[in-house]
Amino acid sequence: MSHNISEYKDVWVFIEHDRGKIEHVSLELLTKGCQLAKDIGCKICAFSVGENVEMFSEKLSEYGAEKFYFIESPILREYRTEPYRDSLLYLIEKYKPEIILIGATTLGRDIAGTLATKLDTGLTADTTALDIDFESETKNLLMTRPTFGGNLMAVIYCPDTRPQMSTVRPGVFQAIKNPVNIEKVREEFELFEDKIPKKILEKVKSDSDKVNLGFYDVIVAGGRGIGKKENIKLLADLADTLGGTWAVSRKVVQMGWAPYSRQVGQTGQTVHPKIYIAAGISGAIQHLAGMKSSEIIIAINRDPQAPIFDVATYGIVGDAIEILPQLTQIFGQRLKVGGSNEKE
Amino acid sequence: MRKNDFDVIIVGAGPAGLAAGYVLAKEGISVAIIERGIFPGSKNVMGGIFYRSSLDDLIPDFYKEAPIERHIVEQKIWLLSEDSMFSTGIKSEKYNVEPYNCFSIFRAKFDKWFAKKAADASAMIINETVVTDLILDGNRVIGVKTDRPNGDLYSDVVIAADGVNSFLTKSLGLRKKITTNNVALALKEIIELPDKVINDRFGVSSSSEGVTIEITGPYFNKMRAIGFVYTNRNSLSLGLGVVTEDMVKLKINPNDLLEEFKKHPAIKPLINGGETKEYMAHMIPEGGYYSMPKLYSDGFMVVGDAAMLVNSIHREGANLAIESGKFAAKTYIEARKIGDFSQKTLSSYQKKLEESFVLRDLKTYKNLPKLLEEKQYLISKYPKFIIDAIYEMYSVDKVSKSEKVKLIMNRAKKELGYFNILKDAFSIWRDFR
Amino acid sequence: MHSLVLIKQVPDAAQVRVDYHTGTLIREGVPAIINPYDTHAIEAAVQIKDKFGGIVSVLSMGPPMAEDALKKALSMGADKAYLLCDKVFAGSDTWATSYALWVGAQKIIQENGPVDIFWAGKQAIDGDTAQTGPGLATRLDIPLVTCAIKIVELNPENGYIVVQRLIEGGSETLQVSLPCMITAEKELNALRFSPLPDLIKAVKSSVQLLNSTNTTIDPTQCGLKSSPTKVKRVFIPSKRERGEMLESGNKGITDVLFERLEPVLKQMGRL
Repeated sequence: MSHNISEYKDVWVFIEHDRGKIEHVSLELLTKGCQLAKDIGCKICAFSVGENVEMFSEKLSEYGAEKFYFIESPILREYRTEPYRDSLLYLIEKYKPEIILIGATTLGRDIAGTLATKLDTGLTADTTALDIDFESETKNLLMTRPTFGGNLMAVIYCPDTRPQMSTVRPGVFQAIKNPVNIEKVREEFELFEDKIPKKILEKVKSDSDKVNLGFYDVIVAGGRGIGKKENIKLLADLADTLGGTWAVSRKVVQMGWAPYSRQVGQTGQTVHPKIYIAAGISGAIQHLAGMKSSEIIIAINRDPQAPIFDVATYGIVGDAIEILPQLTQIFGQRLKVGGSNEKE
Repeated sequence: MRKNDFDVIIVGAGPAGLAAGYVLAKEGISVAIIERGIFPGSKNVMGGIFYRSSLDDLIPDFYKEAPIERHIVEQKIWLLSEDSMFSTGIKSEKYNVEPYNCFSIFRAKFDKWFAKKAADASAMIINETVVTDLILDGNRVIGVKTDRPNGDLYSDVVIAADGVNSFLTKSLGLRKKITTNNVALALKEIIELPDKVINDRFGVSSSSEGVTIEITGPYFNKMRAIGFVYTNRNSLSLGLGVVTEDMVKLKINPNDLLEEFKKHPAIKPLINGGETKEYMAHMIPEGGYYSMPKLYSDGFMVVGDAAMLVNSIHREGANLAIESGKFAAKTYIEARKIGDFSQKTLSSYQKKLEESFVLRDLKTYKNLPKLLEEKQYLISKYPKFIIDAIYEMYSVDKVSKSEKVKLIMNRAKKELGYFNILKDAFSIWRDFR
Repeated sequence: MHSLVLIKQVPDAAQVRVDYHTGTLIREGVPAIINPYDTHAIEAAVQIKDKFGGIVSVLSMGPPMAEDALKKALSMGADKAYLLCDKVFAGSDTWATSYALWVGAQKIIQENGPVDIFWAGKQAIDGDTAQTGPGLATRLDIPLVTCAIKIVELNPENGYIVVQRLIEGGSETLQVSLPCMITAEKELNALRFSPLPDLIKAVKSSVQLLNSTNTTIDPTQCGLKSSPTKVKRVFIPSKRERGEMLESGNKGITDVLFERLEPVLKQMGRL
C-alpha cells in the first residue's frame, strides 16, 4: 500500500446523475471543490460515467469545473455497482486525483466504499465540513463527520494514502455558479454485459410506501398531536409546498396512520435535513435520536413544556392541526411551486 | 416418564433467584434461571444498600471483586418536619474496616456481576423470556411455560423468585391478597455529583466511604413514608418509599412528592449542583410476616420479594432474599437425596427460614405494619414532639431552662396526652414482645 | 446454503450521553447491543436457512465483550459464531476492518465450506459509515447490494438471488449472481421471537476466538498504524439549545416564522 503522494494532483468531484439530470449535491461539491482546489493550488475537475454524460459539461463549467473526465457506454445507462466502479476506477488510476468528493446519496455511499477499498485508500463518510490542513506538508484534507448518531464529531484525515476520499451529505454546501472554461477528457473502457453479475429487473420511483427520507432537505413530521389519520394530509400539503416530504413519529406508525417507511427515530430512519418541522411531536429521546442533527428544527406543540422545544431553533406553542394549514397557505403564496427536491 | 430439561427451574434472576441458582450450580445440579429482562438486573431496583454477610457466605470476600459503590461508615436517621430536622445516627471506624457491614450498590451492575458468577458455576441464565404459567401434574408443579415458541420446560422443582408481584405464587393460590397496605411504592433518582464533592458534603475522607440517611417524621404528614439519601461513588441515590394505600387515599402524585422533597432545606444542599441522571420506581413488600404467602407446595418454593421477605424498617430485603435462595437450594439438595419433592419434604425450607434470623426478625416486627396502619401518627406526632422539644431546649432566649421543660411537658400533655403516651407505649411493647 | 453474517457490537447510540464538562462521551452504563441493522441481516440469513437448509455463520471483530453479541446472534438462530479478537486490530478504520473480516471469512470458509451469501447491516449506529460491508465485498470480489429491503427470490440451483433495494425516491429490483454481499435495511424483515431451544442452545454454545495464533493475519494491513484514515481529534458538537419561541405580535405567528426562514429558503433555491 505505498502511495507516492506527489504523483497525485487535483480535486475531483463525482458527478451523480439520473435520467439526464445532474444531482444537486454534485454541484454543491463542485463549489466546495473549487475552494479546496484554490487552497491547495490545483485544478478542480468533475468525473463521471454513464450512457450520455458528455452533455453535462456545459452545466459543469457553469459551476467551476475546469476539466471533465468521463466514460460513456450503453452498459452504464443504469447505475450498477460493479460496472460503475470498474470504469470510475480506470479514470482514477490513470489520472491520480489527490482528493475525490462524492455525494453521500444512496448511490454515492454504495460506490464510495468499494472504490476506496480497491484503491487501498481512506474514505470518510458523511462529512459535514472539509478543510485543508495548511500545517501539513502534503496539504491534507481535514474531514469532519458525526458519529454516535451525532453525539460526537470526529475530524479525520488521510495522511499516507491517495486519493483522499470523502462522501458529503447533500445540503451541507451550497452550489454557487462560477463559470470557467472546461476541458473535456473522454476515455474508453471496455465493459461486457455478460460479465456483469447484476441485472436490473425493475426500477420504481416515487413509490410513496418505500420512501427514502434521507433524500429530502425539508421534512414535515407529525406526531400524536396531529390527531387523526386524515391529518397526515396536512403534513403532506406543507411538505409539497416546501419541496420536501412528510414523515411521522413512532406513535403515528403504531396507530396505523402511516407506514413504517415514514418513521423517523431510533427505530426508524435517521434524517438530517436542512429544515425539520416537528408538528405535534413531544420530543421523546427516541425520536430526537433520529432528527436532532437537522440544521433547523421548527417545533409546533400545544404543550409549552414539551421536550421538543429544548432542541428547536424556532418553537411555536399551538395546535399543529391549526398551524400547519396556515403555514401551507403562507408558504404557498410566497414560494416557487413545489414538487420534488430541486435538482437544478 | 418425561425427561426433565433441568433439575431446578428458577424464575427471576434477582438476588434470591441468583443465590439459589448459584448454590445449586455449585453442587453440580442442572439449573436454569429464567429472566424477563435483557440481562439480570435490568429490571431490578432497590434503595441501594446491600448487607455483606449473606452473600459473603456464598462467595467469600465477594466485595473485593463485585461492583460496589461505597462501603457505609455512617448511618444517619433524620426526623424531618416542614422546616426542621432532628438528626441522629452512628458513625464508626469499625465500619471502615474490612470486612465491611454494608455497601451502596447499583442493581443493574451488581446483579449482572452476580449472574456471571452463577453462569460461571454452570447455571444456565436465559434472558428476555417471560414465564407465563406453571405446568402442573395434578397438584404437583413439574415445570414452566414461557412466552417463547417451544417454550415449555420441565424440572423436579420450580423456585419462584419473580418479585413482589409474583404471578406464580398467585396462580398456585399460595398468595394472600396483596392489598395497598402491604406494598409501598418506592421512587428514586440518581443524582450525579463529583466524588470529592460528596466526600466533603457527607464528611468522609475517601471516595470509598459512604453514608446513608433514613428520613421520616411529620414532614410526611399523614403518610407512612421513609425518605432516603445514599452515597454512591459519583452520585447520590435519593428517594422515597410510601405505603401505596396512603398515596391512593391522599391522591398524592409520587413525582410531585419527590420534587418537593428535594426542595426541603435539609435536602437541597445535599444535592446542590447535581444532575439527575436516572429515575426509577418499584414496588416493595411492606406487609411483613402476616402478608407472607405459603412458601412451598409440591415441587415448588417461593423466595425473595415473592415471599414478601422484606424487613423495611431495617432496610433489609436483598440479604433476606439471598438467605431464602440459599435455603431453598439447600432444601432441594436434601430432597433430591431421597427423590421426594412433595410439600412434606419441601416444608423444611420454611423450617430453615424460621430457625434463621430471617423469619425471627420478621416475626419480631410482625405487628409493625398493623400498628402503623392504626396509629400512623406514631411517625408524625412523636417525632414532631421531639423536634419541637429539642428546638426549644437549644434556643437561648432568656427563658429559663426549667421554664422550658415545663413548656415542653405542657405541650406533651396537650398535643399527645399523657394517657395516650402510655397507651401507645403499651401498644408498642405488646406488638414487639 | 451457507450464509455468513457480519455483525458488530455497538453502544446503544440513542442512550449515549455527552459530558459537556469534559467534552467526552459517557459510555459507562450504556448497554452494548447488536447493531440494529445487523439483527435484520441475521434474521434474513436464518430465514434462508429455514427455507433451504444449510448453516448460518456469524463473524464479528471486537473486544472480548463482543461475545455477548455473538451469543445473541446464536440465540436468533445462527449456528456458528466467531470473534476476531486481537490487540493487532485495535484502532482499525473501515479499510483495516474489512481486511480483518476478510481474514476471518477465509477461516470460516475453510471450516464450514464456501459461503453463498454474505450479509451485513447497512451501517453501524456508532460509526455510521456504511463502508465495512462494501469493503469486504470488494476484497472478496463479489457483487454488492446495499440497502436491501426485500428478498424477492432465491434460486440456489441457478445461482442467483433477486433483491429489492432502496434508492432515492423509490426502489429497484436486482438479480444478482451468487455468491454476493447484501447489506440490510431495517425493513428487510421483522425479527422473530426466537424459540426457547435456540436460546438454550446459544447459552450452551461457545464463540470461537480468532486471532494471530490461529489465522494468518498480516499486521501491516490492520490496526491503527495501517489504517489509511486517522482521527485528528474529536469534539462534542455544541449542545443544541432551546432556540427562539415565536410569539405573534403585530404579525401572525406564521408570518414571523416565514420571516425567520426567508434567508434559508432563498439559499435553498425555494424563493
